[in-house]
Amino acid sequence: MIEVLVLIFGAILVNNFVLVRFLGICPFLGVSRQVDTALGMGFAVTFVMGIASGITYGVQKVLEYYHVEVLQTLVFILVIAVLVQFVEIVIKKVSPPLYQALGIYLPLITTNCAVLGVALLNYNSNYNFILSVIHGIAAALGFTLGIVLFAGIRERMASAPIPKALQGFPIALLTAGLMSIAFLGFSGLNLTGFFEYFAKFDWNTYQAYLVNLFN
Amino acid sequence: MSFFKIFKNGIVDENPTFRLVLGMCPTLALSVAVFNGIGMGLAATAVLIGSNILVSMLRKIIPDEVRIPCYVVVIAAFVTIVDKLMAAYVPGLHQVLGIYIPLIVVNCIILARAEAFASKQTVGRSFADGLGMGLGFTLALSGLAAIREILGTGTLLVAKDFGFEGFRLFAKENAALIMALPPGAFITLGLVLGGLNWLNQRKEAKQ
Repeated sequence: MIEVLVLIFGAILVNNFVLVRFLGICPFLGVSRQVDTALGMGFAVTFVMGIASGITYGVQKVLEYYHVEVLQTLVFILVIAVLVQFVEIVIKKVSPPLYQALGIYLPLITTNCAVLGVALLNYNSNYNFILSVIHGIAAALGFTLGIVLFAGIRERMASAPIPKALQGFPIALLTAGLMSIAFLGFSGLNLTGFFEYFAKFDWNTYQAYLVNLFN
Repeated sequence: MSFFKIFKNGIVDENPTFRLVLGMCPTLALSVAVFNGIGMGLAATAVLIGSNILVSMLRKIIPDEVRIPCYVVVIAAFVTIVDKLMAAYVPGLHQVLGIYIPLIVVNCIILARAEAFASKQTVGRSFADGLGMGLGFTLALSGLAAIREILGTGTLLVAKDFGFEGFRLFAKENAALIMALPPGAFITLGLVLGGLNWLNQRKEAKQ
């Protein structure tokens, strides 16, 4: 249980996909002018990355069964491309409102390196099926957190007097740099110790500790 | 357009990193040290040349409706070749570059050149374009890496794989570690892009 919590919070805060690992920079810079669209993109990515993590786990097992691990990159990218198309068709049929919200972002996700990146990271870290899916969703939530915060700052920057040479990409990158410094603070977080403390939390010991403190 | 012009176009006029702002993920992630930057740049160049030549050769055979999946398969094949070659001959560098080598598949530069150039031009021209774009990417990446490596660690050209300790320019204690950490990548690229914009604007104002 503790490992799972550490995995989730580690993926969201410590190894944030955009600000620390530099995966999914294209949508991070491209679809972050407004908070609404950033949120839509974030949910679409979370949806696809969760499913992609599960499916690529199965695909990897098939590749290993036939001893053709060489084809990993080729098969993964094709599976992700097909998956995104498939998700688009299913959402369109099942839930038109959801399609309205996510539709325009889905085709963009195929070339999002975060999806292929999470599949490869899952494989490299030897996660089992459940951990792979959890890692996929948590990493995507980290992406969503990053892009939504970034869009909030950019909305305010739209009316700020920015030097002409820095307008557009340069100021966006500098902003992302400052956010990255903030996220760097999380790298000192002892997540294992934090959750172990709460797992072993005993009310009586704590009371005794408080009594000692005030006596 | 002559071959040299196509070649120069990739390095200067349409530099993939500074002018087209494509392929940001590896640029930001691997500009920590010049050696990594050159390694990544050359790997991408090899894939770019291979995919450009093959796409150009197949341009009359690939049907228009399924061209993007075909390009992706071609690119993925070359990425796998480069990945396995690097794992065999430069294992240290392969380890450092990690998942960014297979991620060349989703690098927008390569798909963009296949779609915009190689699918319409002859094999020779596509080769020149691949070489120019690839070297443009390599130069941009190693330039950024040089800034970050010098400011972040005080050394230049450290290449552990070849047993080369690099040049120490100043003491490690005086280096700004933040430049070697993730924030340094965003800040360096932002300032370099801003500086190039400023130079361009000044040039335009003079004319």
